[in-house]
Amino acid sequence: MYLYDEIDQSLVDERVVQFRDQVRRRMSGELSEDEFKPLRLMNGVYLQLHAYMLRVAIPYGTLSSEQLRKLAWIARKYDRGYGHFTTRQNLQFNWPALENLPDILAELASVQMHALQTSGNCIRNVTADQYAGVAADEVVDPRIHAEIIRQWSTLHPEFSFLPRKFKIAVTGASADRAAVKVHDIGLVAKRNPAGELGFEVIVGGGQGRTPMVGPTIREFLPERHLLSYLEAVLRVYNQLGRRDNMYKARIKIQVHETGVAAFTEMVEREWEAIRDSAVDLPAGERERIAAYFIAPRYAPPGDAVATHTRHLAEDAAFARWVETNVAPHRAAGYAIANISLKPIGGVPGDATAEQMEAVAALADRFSRSEIRVTHEQNLVLPHVRQDDLYAVWQTLRAYDLHTPNLGLISDIIACPGLDYCALANARSIPLAQQISERFADLDRQHAIGELKVKISGCINACGHHHVGHIGILGVDRKGEEYYQITLGGSGAEDASLGEIIGPAFASDRVVDAIETLVEAYLGVRTDGERFLDTYRRVGADPFKEALYGAH
Amino acid sequence: MALIRNRELAQDDWVYLEDDTPVPAEGGVIVSRARWQAERDVLAGRNAPIGVRLAPGDGPEVVAADAGRLDLVAIPFDHFKDGRGYSTARLLRQRHGFTGELRAVGNVLRDQLAFLERCGFDSFEYAGATDPAAALRAFDEISVVYQTAVDRRATAAARRNHPSQAFANGTSG
Repeated sequence: MYLYDEIDQSLVDERVVQFRDQVRRRMSGELSEDEFKPLRLMNGVYLQLHAYMLRVAIPYGTLSSEQLRKLAWIARKYDRGYGHFTTRQNLQFNWPALENLPDILAELASVQMHALQTSGNCIRNVTADQYAGVAADEVVDPRIHAEIIRQWSTLHPEFSFLPRKFKIAVTGASADRAAVKVHDIGLVAKRNPAGELGFEVIVGGGQGRTPMVGPTIREFLPERHLLSYLEAVLRVYNQLGRRDNMYKARIKIQVHETGVAAFTEMVEREWEAIRDSAVDLPAGERERIAAYFIAPRYAPPGDAVATHTRHLAEDAAFARWVETNVAPHRAAGYAIANISLKPIGGVPGDATAEQMEAVAALADRFSRSEIRVTHEQNLVLPHVRQDDLYAVWQTLRAYDLHTPNLGLISDIIACPGLDYCALANARSIPLAQQISERFADLDRQHAIGELKVKISGCINACGHHHVGHIGILGVDRKGEEYYQITLGGSGAEDASLGEIIGPAFASDRVVDAIETLVEAYLGVRTDGERFLDTYRRVGADPFKEALYGAH
Repeated sequence: MALIRNRELAQDDWVYLEDDTPVPAEGGVIVSRARWQAERDVLAGRNAPIGVRLAPGDGPEVVAADAGRLDLVAIPFDHFKDGRGYSTARLLRQRHGFTGELRAVGNVLRDQLAFLERCGFDSFEYAGATDPAAALRAFDEISVVYQTAVDRRATAAARRNHPSQAFANGTSG
């Protein structure tokens, strides 16, 4: 993974000093909360319902074991012993004290981490495929370009006061695990007929109150022009994006209102003016960064597969975990191990300090000291030899990290909701827990198959409900929490937005409604057909009928 | 309100002229963009410095053709969150060749100064409530830059790839 040199380290160190002074000015009263707000936001500090919240950047979801151990240490010393992994591959601490925040940032800087641009109207922490570098279907490791974008976007002088926040996701694979079509910019690495590397550029996707699947504005952008093209998109957006209404300020609205063709032409014209300037990286820099992402040298498989096969035959619970949570690796004899942060009845994405340390130790022993965070709020050990999987699983079991539910109905994405968030209309976490408990029986979950449930506590859609196979949106109805259900969304390469199935449900009815939908699906699906595919085949009617009957 | 110019506190030698105030024979004056467009030849023909204050939302194209005739362009930030002026400044400097004084006016706060300077501003009507002398420290808080910009500071990439040259000469914008 990427390692800071002295230059990168200087920036995060200086940023700590700068923020320490800003906090000092706030605490002395020199800065009002209003004046402090933009400063803290650019360091990932939110003022939530009960306390300040610190969102730590985990660029493109890649962590070292040392970094994860530091997060555990911070959770224990400065928080309540846990952290929350988010849908943008970051980690949130929910209970830090303002006066400790500079010290926390200093601790983060000591392991090459920061909280820069995890909030505010700037280019946010860039996200990527969590299987980067190990996926079999990959054109290039997307972390190379995600790191290039991270550096370019860090304290960008022109784009730090955009009309609204700006999120970029990168994938190098054909299967989209980074939800690139619902980002402000999505980049998909591909090769042209001549074999040259480049990117499909998708602009103007997003969720929130106006969800949109982003259109492709350029089929192939040669790799060397990446930064100048991004700069052109951002400049057009910065000049023309709406500033009179924050709900219409995202680039998706601008693309929609301008029209894709006209918007594309504006970007291309701007790009023509800067494409051969010094905006793009100088020779050598791309190679310098790429060298950090060269695949590790894997040991020959030996009898790894045979040993693994024996473990599978001997232990059915292990075999079930492998079936759901382990993905194919590009190297013979290796595997990608997903760690579910969705134990039955647990808080989606939460991890205790002890769990973080256990995962860090596993990474040291079995996965080249590397961990990934997924946008579905789980963790990944990307380089596990197949004959080590059994030992990994046994340790995970000791820490309640072994739930074999990846992609199943209890692998729920949920935003923090009204339990923490100042914007929420309704609680998300307790609902996720109730659904998880209702479907606690793993045999039943496996029989249901892949079913992505995503819950947002308000229209801002942090829980990605628009792209859930089943999406749940919390709404406030005269002070009561109600939940609106959408069906048929997807955040993957077959991206689509869910459609509202009918009137919302009261909080004590919504779990029953989900169960009714699942039963309706089981009644009409063909063999091996996923919920999403059944919905796309039969449409909403059977589900409406099941939910609302003759009413 | 204090004026910061080239990273120092400075006396403001410019005067804002209301649209209906007669133009004085001498001294630098800053007129509105509307007045500039209406009286351009008279104003430019005066043997004294002339500046234009853009209106909120004005892009660089409004004065691009006059870049060589103007001694000062003032770009308004009615709210610090409105970042259009950063792009306007960069384009005036890098695309339209404006070399005069580029002044940030309005809600200009300490923690914006470094960003503004990188985009080509060299003077600032500082609106912060606190000691403007202390605000001068904001320019130097972060020594690392990752992007090429108007200030021609050596980027991290340039320093890595050509350390000695980059430190000596900066990198091209």
